[in-house]
Amino acid sequence: MSAILQAKDVTMRFGGLTAVENFNLSINSDELVGLIGPNGAGKTTIFNVLTGVYKPSEGEILLEDTLINGLMPHEVVALGMSRTFQNIRLFKDLTTIQNVEIAYNNDIHYQLPHALFRTKKYWEEEEKAYEECKKLLDIFDMGDYEMTKAKNLPYGQQRKLEIARALASKPKVLLLDEPAAGMNPKETSELMETIHFIRKKFNLAILLIEHDMKMVMGICERLIVLDYGKTIAAGTPEDIRKNPDVIRAYLGE
Amino acid sequence: MKLFFQQVINGLNSGSIYALIAIGYTLVYGILKLINFAHGEIMMFGAYFSFIAAATMDMPFWFVIIFSMGLSAILGMLVEFVAYRPLRQAPRLSALITAIGVSMFLQNVSLMVFGADPKVMPRIFPNVVFNIFGIEISSITLITIGLSVFFMILLELFISHTKQGRAMRAVSENQDAAILMGINVNRTVSITFLIGSALGALGGILYSTAYTNIAPTMGTMPGLKAFVAAVLGGIGSVPGAMLGGFLIGMIENMSKAYISTTWADAIVFLILIIVLLFKPTGILGKDIKEKV
Amino acid sequence: MNSKTKKAYLLNAVAVFLVYIVFLTLIRFKVLSNYFGGVIILTCIMMIMALSLNIVAGFLGEMALGHAAFMAIGAYLSGFTSIAIMNAFPTAPALLVLIFSSLVGGVAAGIAGIAIGTPSLRLRGDYLGIVTIGFGEIVRIFFINFDPLGGAQGLKGIPRLTNLSYAYWITVLVVFLIFTLGVSKYGRAIMSIREDEIASEASGIPTTRVKVMAFTISSFFAGIGGSLYAHYQGYIDPDKFQFMFSIEMFVIVVLGGLGSLTGSILSAIVLTVLPELLRGFAQYRLLIYSLALVIMMIFRPQGMLGRTEFSLYHLIYVLTNKREPYKKGSIDGGKSS
Repeated sequence: MSAILQAKDVTMRFGGLTAVENFNLSINSDELVGLIGPNGAGKTTIFNVLTGVYKPSEGEILLEDTLINGLMPHEVVALGMSRTFQNIRLFKDLTTIQNVEIAYNNDIHYQLPHALFRTKKYWEEEEKAYEECKKLLDIFDMGDYEMTKAKNLPYGQQRKLEIARALASKPKVLLLDEPAAGMNPKETSELMETIHFIRKKFNLAILLIEHDMKMVMGICERLIVLDYGKTIAAGTPEDIRKNPDVIRAYLGE
Repeated sequence: MKLFFQQVINGLNSGSIYALIAIGYTLVYGILKLINFAHGEIMMFGAYFSFIAAATMDMPFWFVIIFSMGLSAILGMLVEFVAYRPLRQAPRLSALITAIGVSMFLQNVSLMVFGADPKVMPRIFPNVVFNIFGIEISSITLITIGLSVFFMILLELFISHTKQGRAMRAVSENQDAAILMGINVNRTVSITFLIGSALGALGGILYSTAYTNIAPTMGTMPGLKAFVAAVLGGIGSVPGAMLGGFLIGMIENMSKAYISTTWADAIVFLILIIVLLFKPTGILGKDIKEKV
Repeated sequence: MNSKTKKAYLLNAVAVFLVYIVFLTLIRFKVLSNYFGGVIILTCIMMIMALSLNIVAGFLGEMALGHAAFMAIGAYLSGFTSIAIMNAFPTAPALLVLIFSSLVGGVAAGIAGIAIGTPSLRLRGDYLGIVTIGFGEIVRIFFINFDPLGGAQGLKGIPRLTNLSYAYWITVLVVFLIFTLGVSKYGRAIMSIREDEIASEASGIPTTRVKVMAFTISSFFAGIGGSLYAHYQGYIDPDKFQFMFSIEMFVIVVLGGLGSLTGSILSAIVLTVLPELLRGFAQYRLLIYSLALVIMMIFRPQGMLGRTEFSLYHLIYVLTNKREPYKKGSIDGGKSS
């Protein structure tokens, strides 16, 4: 089993501040890895570096043996890695189905003239896109909301829609930034099931940031713990639970 | 070399006028995040008010200035109260369109009241030409620069040393926090318009004494250029507006003297664009980055 | 294409044709004066300008305040082209010359759009607005100083090829094309940038390229509008394309409702025809106009139609069945706010 996503000694500096230092990561193609750490530990910065929002100051990021640091976020998406955001970023004034269709755009194969003059190809491709995106929404039980504007969805649905949208670009690696933030325990456990389900169905590698320790321990096979930008521990949930450094980082001395 | 220094003087002259008008744009933008398109028209009204005081009432120059600045300040506050205040919570674009509407409205009111024919501004300042090492400086130029700098210093003192000035800065930093600190935002906005409009009117008076013509459309171009000056210096920053004003005045006069009269305006805009492309918030503006 | 869509298309086609016949007959039998025919042509041109601006202002959500510059480029280049063609082939068919030179004007404006959009679309909001004002002024000053195209006197002697029929049908075509652009993957990509640029990029949309594309298409159609204008007036005055003219177009788009194409159409009609009707009160005309603008913004800031689209099919359905049909709605989809 080869690694699908690798980070080698990635360091990210902003001026004098080192947000992430010598971060290493290797995820296999069907693994679910958790990234945890206290607030400000640099978790979201790592997501931003991995997905091309920031260019790392040092180090290499490999997606299936392709060097991706320095690429634009949309190029990273095209190579097979997509993400969600901690503070939900939906296309608020567009409908639920449009939100998903936008991420499906790269699989819609018609050119501008087809669209402008409404050729047969346009109708076929749009129909196909609609069907596929509808299926994705159905996985999240959101088919009924297809014509609702994203801003009018309940909070939990908005979180799910973000995942559906991230899946529409057919990723091999999915990065989830606190997907359960703000959800109640019932919604959280449902979400965990859904994450398990999509991982199997789409054969995904998932990297997950989470605050909810219970959720992370229950769902992830491997954990990486960050504190002040440094990796302080890595291993199975059991190892992490016992690790004195982790306890110190979370509870203080 | 003589020509160069002559142009520096001319640049300072028109630059100080642009700076005065630019301050109005920058103050309002800093507080309301609104491009006050009507500011050029306030300046135009300032010129007409001074014309009324000087030509029909035959008043001394200090009265002309106070009269015009005072009436324009009231006009500016009125515009804010009637047109902008109801839109405080509306999308910013609506406020922008309203500002455009107000600008057209004021222009047409002046067209109806004063007529389309340009008026000739009477000479309110003595015009004596000094010759210093072969460079000609008129007393009007000296008064223009002197008055502008005087009021700019006054404004800086007001902003940094008075309670109301601090309130203005607080509202422009963070309106919600300012409210929580007990600052009366409405009053602060009114005072901002008062100051901006008064300085704009002074710009109008000085502009019309320099070019002697007053017309309903006279506010558009200097207004646009003063706005460019505010953006160039970093919109929202008062020192930025002053710097931008002087820079625009310099650039304009230098291009007129050394490159071409007809291309001067294009050069001004080109420099603005180049600066914005490299420093999107202007020379003294703060950088803002969106957090992911 | 399902049967509902087909019906809607057919219905719109019939309506468009009927409107054309009605206007033609009214003018033929002198119910409407030739002067009013001219007003219709100007309305058509303003519709093209407003719709094309709506691509950038409404779909992309950016403040573009230099649209008149692209119209000017289209007007000058197309005018120059048709003058050259008419000199070489005096008997060339009018429609062909008009179409060819309009395409030249449109492409020239589109290229200018790429040249201006590529560097400046990195800026957002007010700053982009300012840069586009700047470019607009530079273009105007260029034409004033560029003597081969008439300089300050303007370009004269352009064949007056634009008549009511040509203007009408070219406008219909432009409306159709901009509408189809909106309801396609390209339209969705453009709107996603308006909603959230970072999320759009993270969804695989090459935002920089899409922005420049939107800007270019918008400029292209503005060039077409400019060409119709030049061939209607017969001469071009560079002073026509001052920045207030760009602002006027922007106002039309905002009053119609940002992102609503039918809103732009409605607003272009109202704001072009109304001033003509008020010609008797010439001196109060702009006063009323500006007052109306302020009042409108205070009481209906989202514009006449907000972001919804008016649909003839939908209207007839509601009138006959008295209930809301399933509706794919506005270009953004969903119900109006």
